[in-house]
Amino acid sequence: MSTPQVPIIRRALGRPRITIPAVILVLELIASFGASWLAPYPPQQADFASALSGPSAKHLLGTDRLGRDVLSRLMYGGADTFREIAIAVLITLVIAVPLGLVAGLRRGRIDAALMRMADVVMSIPGIILLLIVLALFSQSMTAAMIVIGLLSVPGMMRVVRSASLTVGRETYVAAARVSGLGTWRVARRHVLPRITGLILVNAALACANTLLIAAGLNAIGLGVKPPAPSWGGMMADAAQTLNQSLWLAIPTGGLVAVTAAALIVLGDGLRDTLAERWSGTSHATTTRRRTAVTTTVAAAAAPESDDAWLLAEPHPVVRLTKVTVTAETEHGEVELISDVSLAVGQGRTVGLVGESGCGKSMTGLALLGLLPNGARVASGTVEIDGTDVGSYGPAQWRALRGGTIAFISQEPMVGLDPLFTIGQLLREAVRTHEKLSRKEATLRARELLAQVQLPDPDRVLKLRPSQISGGMAQRVSIAVALAGRPRILVADEPTTALDVTVQREIVQLLRTIQRDTGMALLMISHDWDVIAEACDTALVMYAGQVVEAGPTERVMTAPLHPYTRKLLAANPRLATVGEPIPTIPGTVPPPGQWPVGCHFADRCPDRVTRCTEAPIALTQPDDQGVARCVLVGDELGEELLEVSS
Amino acid sequence: MWRTSGMRIVQAVPLLLFVSALTFFLQLFIPGDAARSIGGLTASPQAIAALRHRLHLDQPVWERYWAWLKDAVHGDLGRSISNNEAVSGTLNTRLGVTLSLVIATTLLALVVGVVLGMASVRGGRTTRLAADSASIAGMTIPAFWVGLLGIWVFNTRFDLLPANGYVFFGTSAGGWARSLVLPVAALAFALVTVIAKQTREQFADVLSRDFVRNLRANGVSERSILFKHSLRHVSVTVLTVAGNNLIGLLGSAVVIEELFGLPGLGSAAVTAASSGDIPVIQGVAVYFTLIVVGLNLLLDLAIGWLNPQAVAA
Repeated sequence: MSTPQVPIIRRALGRPRITIPAVILVLELIASFGASWLAPYPPQQADFASALSGPSAKHLLGTDRLGRDVLSRLMYGGADTFREIAIAVLITLVIAVPLGLVAGLRRGRIDAALMRMADVVMSIPGIILLLIVLALFSQSMTAAMIVIGLLSVPGMMRVVRSASLTVGRETYVAAARVSGLGTWRVARRHVLPRITGLILVNAALACANTLLIAAGLNAIGLGVKPPAPSWGGMMADAAQTLNQSLWLAIPTGGLVAVTAAALIVLGDGLRDTLAERWSGTSHATTTRRRTAVTTTVAAAAAPESDDAWLLAEPHPVVRLTKVTVTAETEHGEVELISDVSLAVGQGRTVGLVGESGCGKSMTGLALLGLLPNGARVASGTVEIDGTDVGSYGPAQWRALRGGTIAFISQEPMVGLDPLFTIGQLLREAVRTHEKLSRKEATLRARELLAQVQLPDPDRVLKLRPSQISGGMAQRVSIAVALAGRPRILVADEPTTALDVTVQREIVQLLRTIQRDTGMALLMISHDWDVIAEACDTALVMYAGQVVEAGPTERVMTAPLHPYTRKLLAANPRLATVGEPIPTIPGTVPPPGQWPVGCHFADRCPDRVTRCTEAPIALTQPDDQGVARCVLVGDELGEELLEVSS
Repeated sequence: MWRTSGMRIVQAVPLLLFVSALTFFLQLFIPGDAARSIGGLTASPQAIAALRHRLHLDQPVWERYWAWLKDAVHGDLGRSISNNEAVSGTLNTRLGVTLSLVIATTLLALVVGVVLGMASVRGGRTTRLAADSASIAGMTIPAFWVGLLGIWVFNTRFDLLPANGYVFFGTSAGGWARSLVLPVAALAFALVTVIAKQTREQFADVLSRDFVRNLRANGVSERSILFKHSLRHVSVTVLTVAGNNLIGLLGSAVVIEELFGLPGLGSAAVTAASSGDIPVIQGVAVYFTLIVVGLNLLLDLAIGWLNPQAVAA
C-alpha cells in the first residue's frame, strides 16, 4: 500500500517472465472472443479438396480430416475454453479464499472442522464425479466446471489458511486484532494484500489444471460434442488421423501446453513482483556490503603475528599455521577466519572459546576438510599428523576422517540419522574403519557403548535416536566418533544443548576417554565452565581471529585481551544473584564487515587511536601465551588495562 | 504405521458412503425431467420411460440410495442399463487393467523420477534450468498429447509397439507388457516430473542436515551417505507425494485408457457417461475409491517400513 501502484506495473512490464506469457494470453483471448470477426473461416466450413493439409498461406495452421481450417476452429474453441476455466477458478476462489482466511485467523473449532472436510473432499476420486455430472446433466461442460471448481476448493483453502496463519502471527496484524478490528477487516486490510501473490500463483495453477482436465474430457468425447470445435476434441481428431498426418496434433496439443505454461509462468512472475513490494529490493544493502569487503581485503595485508607459543604444543596431532579461510559470495571473496594458528598435542585438550559467529566452528571444519560449499583455505597450512593436507582430495580426506580425526556436534538429536537404529549407525561406523563381520561389528559396537558408559547396550542398540535422551544421544555420537579410534576429536559445543548435570558428565567422559586412549581433543565452546574443566590451553576467538591464548588457568584468572575480560565477566554462572548479568554491548561484526584494525575496537572500552589504524598482530608478552591487542606488551598500555579492569 | 493403516481402513467406510451418496444425491439437482436429461435429447419416449423405470426415478432419491446400499453391501452393484450385465462382474474383469496401468505407472515414475532427481542434485545453472522447465512441462503437457506423440513415434513411424488394445497377462506376459509400455509412459510423464522435482529438493535438504555432516566428518563414504542415508529420507517424502498424486493419476488414467483402447474401469465409465448408464458409473465410483484407499494403504506400509518413527507417532 505504501508503494504507489504505477512503479509496480512498470516493474512488472519490464520483465520478460511476465510480459511474454501475458502477451501470449492476451492474444489468445482476443483471437478467441473475437473469433467471429477475426477468424479466416467459419468453424464448420469443410473443404474436402484440401483435407489434412499442413500449414499454408490459405490455411495458416493447416486443415483437419474434413478440410476445416484448424486456426479458425482453435479460435472458436478458445472462447469456450477460457469461459470454462473462468467458471471453475472463480468458484474455487470465491469459496476457498474466505474459508481459508477464517480458518487461518479464527483457528479453533471452525478451523478443525474445515480442515476435516477438506481431507474428505481431497480423497474423492474427482474424475468419477465429473463423469457422473456429465452423464446426469446432458454433457454440460458448465456443470463439469462447477464440479472442478468445488473439488479444487480444499487445496486452495489450505494454501490460504496456512499463509494467513503466518501473516496473522506477525506483530502488526496481531496488534490490529488486539485493538479490536474484526476478523473480516483484519483479513481485508492486512492479510489479503500480503497473500495476494500466493493466491495468484495458485489460481494460475488451478487455471492450468482446469484447462488440462477440460481438454482431456473433450478429447475422450465428453462435454463438447463434435462437430462443435474444442481444443480437446481437436486433439482427438488428431489421434484419429495420426496414420495419415502428425501435423494436426502439433497446433492442438501444443496450444493447450503453451497456454497452461503461460498461465503458470505468469502466476510465478506476478508473485515474485508482489513479494518484492513487501520485502523491498536489496540493492541498497548490496552497495553497502561491497565497500565493507574492500576494507577486509585491505586488512589481509597484516603484520606478521608471533604465533610461536600457539604452535609449540608437544607431539602435535593437528596444527594450523596462519590459516585464512575465505568464501566466494555474490559480493566477492570474504574472509571467514583470518590468520588462525593452533596446535593440539597428543593427549592434550585445547579449547576454542568466543561468542557465536566468531569462527570457532569454521576452524573446526577447516581441520576436518569439511568447509561449506564455496569456502576454501586461502592461505596458511593445515597439518594432520605432521602431513600437510592442503592438497588432499576427497578420498584422502575420507581416509583421515573417523580414523585420525573425528567429530561430534552440538545437537546430538539432529546429529544422528533418525531413520536408523543406534546399532545400525554404530555398526556402519565400525565397518567404515575395520573389515569386520556383522557379528564382530556388533561386538565392537557394544564395546564402544561400554566405553561411553551407556548401560544395557543390547537394548540401546535396538533403539532409534528419537527414543533416547539428549545426553544418551551425545554419548552415542561420541561412540560413533570413537569407532575409528581417532587420534583427535573435534567437539563442537558438545554440551550446549544438554542440561547442566549432563554437561558435566559428558565433559568428564571425554576426559576419561582421553586418559585411557591418549586422544587429543579440540573443544569448541562458549561456556567458560566447560573450558575450565576440560582444557589445558584456551584460545579466545573474536570475529575470525585468535585474540588471546594461554594456559586455561592464566587466561581465566589474568586475561590479557579486553575481549577476554568482557567475555569472562559475561559468564552467567559468575553473576551475583539479584544483579543483572553483565553483557558486552554491541554484536560481533559478520564476515565481510570486519574493520581494518582491531576487530573488537567498536565494542572495546579501552580503545585508543592506534586500535583502528592498521591490522593488529599477535604478540607474546611472556611465556604465558599470546594476545592480539596494541595495549599488551606496551608498558603504558598495560597500565591502562590495569586501571580499566 | 499400524495406526495410520487402521485409520485409512476406518476412514474408507464413510468415504465410500459419501462418494456413493453423492452419485445419488446429485440427481436431485437435475433440472426438469431426470430421465430425459440422462437419456439425452435423442432418446425416444419409450427409451425414456424404460430408463425411468430402470433407475426407479419415480421413487424418492433416499429410497433408491438405501436400496442400492443394501445390495452393494452384498456385492451387488446393480445391472447395466445398456447391456443388462451385472455391474460388479463387468468391473471385476476390468479392474486388473486399470490396476496394471496405475501401479506400473507409479512404480515407473518413482524409479525414473528419483533417478533423474538424484542426477540433477549436483548440477549447476543449466541443470537447474532444465529441471525447472521439465517440471513446468509436467504440469502443462496433457497426458493425451504425450500419448499421441508416443503413438506417432513408436507405432506410426517405427512399428515397435502396439498403439491400441490390451493383452491380458494370462494370455501372454510379453504381450501384456508391450501393450502397457506406451500408456504407462504417457501417464507417467507428469508424475515423473513431480517426483524428480521433489527428489531434487529433498536431497538438497537432507544433504544439508547435521547428521550428514557428522557422517562425513567420521569418515562414512559418500556412497553410503547418498544411497543409504539420504535416499531413505527422500523415499519417505517421494512415496507420500506419489500417494497425494494418486487421485489425479486416476483422472488421467481414464483419458489414457480411452486413447489406447484399454478395457479398464475408466473406459467403462466413459462409455457409461456418454450413454447415461448410471449404475455402471456408480460402480466405478466405488471401485475407484477402493483403489485409492488400497494403494494409499500399500504406500503407507512402505513408508512405515522405511521410517519406523511413524510407529511411535
